[in-house]
Amino acid sequence: MASTETNPVKADDLAGLEAGLDALDTVQIRRTPVREVLLKKVLPPVLAVTLVVAAWQLLVTLKVADEGKLPAPSAVWDSLATMWMEGTLLGILWTSVSRALLGFLFALAIGTPLGLFVARVGVVRTAIGPILSGLQSLPSVAWVAPAVLWLGLNDSMMYAVILLGAVPSIANGLVAGVDQVPPLFLRAGRTLGATGLRGAWHIVMPAALPGYLAGLKQGWAFSWRSLMAAEIIASSPDLGLGLGQLLENGRNNFDMPGIFLAIILILLVGVAVDLLFFSPLERAVLRRRGLLVKG
Amino acid sequence: MATTPTLAKADDEDESRTAVAHAARIEHVSKSFGGPADAQLVLDDISLDVAPGEFVTLLGASGCGKSTLLNLVAGLDSPTAGSLTTAGRPALMFQEHALFPWLTAGKNIELALRLRGVTKAERRPEAERLLELVRLGGSYGKRVHELSGGMRQRVALARALAQDSDLLLMDEPFAALDAITRDVLHDELTRIWRETGLSVLFVTHNVREAVRLAERVVLLSSRPGRIAREWTIDIPQPRRVEDAAVAELSVEITEELRKEIRRHGQH
Repeated sequence: MASTETNPVKADDLAGLEAGLDALDTVQIRRTPVREVLLKKVLPPVLAVTLVVAAWQLLVTLKVADEGKLPAPSAVWDSLATMWMEGTLLGILWTSVSRALLGFLFALAIGTPLGLFVARVGVVRTAIGPILSGLQSLPSVAWVAPAVLWLGLNDSMMYAVILLGAVPSIANGLVAGVDQVPPLFLRAGRTLGATGLRGAWHIVMPAALPGYLAGLKQGWAFSWRSLMAAEIIASSPDLGLGLGQLLENGRNNFDMPGIFLAIILILLVGVAVDLLFFSPLERAVLRRRGLLVKG
Repeated sequence: MATTPTLAKADDEDESRTAVAHAARIEHVSKSFGGPADAQLVLDDISLDVAPGEFVTLLGASGCGKSTLLNLVAGLDSPTAGSLTTAGRPALMFQEHALFPWLTAGKNIELALRLRGVTKAERRPEAERLLELVRLGGSYGKRVHELSGGMRQRVALARALAQDSDLLLMDEPFAALDAITRDVLHDELTRIWRETGLSVLFVTHNVREAVRLAERVVLLSSRPGRIAREWTIDIPQPRRVEDAAVAELSVEITEELRKEIRRHGQH
């Protein structure tokens, strides 16, 4: 091999040159200051909600509909305050939320291996892939009737409806996530020796995580919707009072503020779980991967 | 395991070859894609040895099958005819860095170490050492998107070195970089190659890059890929792309390359 002595000055030069290039090329990543977050991310939705409430109040003031059909925002607020004073509010919320969360965890435990199985085994995908996608478009209310007949009016029936609603979403999310893994990662993994199960664990699963999380998010939404459908339709004193029953009781008592309150609470819980749990999780994963585009 | 560790046998039928171990031995390898009816021959009877510690560049225009050949050597695909032997599983670097974005720079290297069977306690210091080797000492905890293009390729190089293979395959690894960064990485690669004694098989379509780096340049013709000519380069390292000797040989090789390309326009 033709080798000349490496000039130490030259080697130093190279290190310095490289350090300069690295410094010039490196993207500076800065976290958005709190003020900017408040101004750009929090203010717009708060404004939107305020506008909706204002429009609602306006309709009430103009007496567009009679009070039995369109209660004033203050009336809804009063029934919330009453429930709070009676001490029933948190209990009702917890009945529904605990059911939905537990059901969601079951759905997670079933949907994840099912999704992996469908994504990785060709025959299984051809056989049940379309059924899984189809199930997503089937409203979960449809399952309430058979679930009641199979399992009776109890909590198991609620969980069955949640599972039938959420499992397809979670499995489909994982399938989509696996499908979107760049082939380059798989090739790189193979050259590093990650084949078979080791490839699935070290390469496929982490690479599919964003799609999987999107599936979980949707799975939660479906869990919540399914549970509400089940609670509204299947009410029985043994089942305990959840948000769905609250809505149904409002209908039976012609209590319009109560109905509005139940709808708003159902909406709030759905949004809150997404906003407090899934969105931060998704953003954290995307940010770590540099996939979050700053707008 | 893609290939079994096989060394070239001393009683090889070809007397011109001496009985040395080869980092890679490619013997009469052909590769076609497509079915028997519409088979398209991509590589035609390629024979090429890479000696231990040798730096060989495969040079060719588009469609010469140089990346295909590299994939065959890497064990990512198998040849239609002929045989390939390498000492152990070769390391491979791509044009894209192919670093895993869910891991930090350091953890990317540690994954390669882990898959090689390095114990947990040894992984971190070894990853730090490899990062030092590519002059990225402080970047262990950096995320891939926080690194510049040149830094990413250096981490990718460190990850490839973490495989502790005797043979490093490089598939146009610097093609997507700007000229200044590419120059610097040429110097780095030469330095690391000389420090580690690795064998390198480097694919490129850039003639000056080939001459700048290699001890031997192999020119492939296109459609199908055949070995058209070989040059042994004894210009002392470290070279620069601007060196007169490099430029002169580059002109000669470019002329040959153009001749190969022109043949395709004639029919």
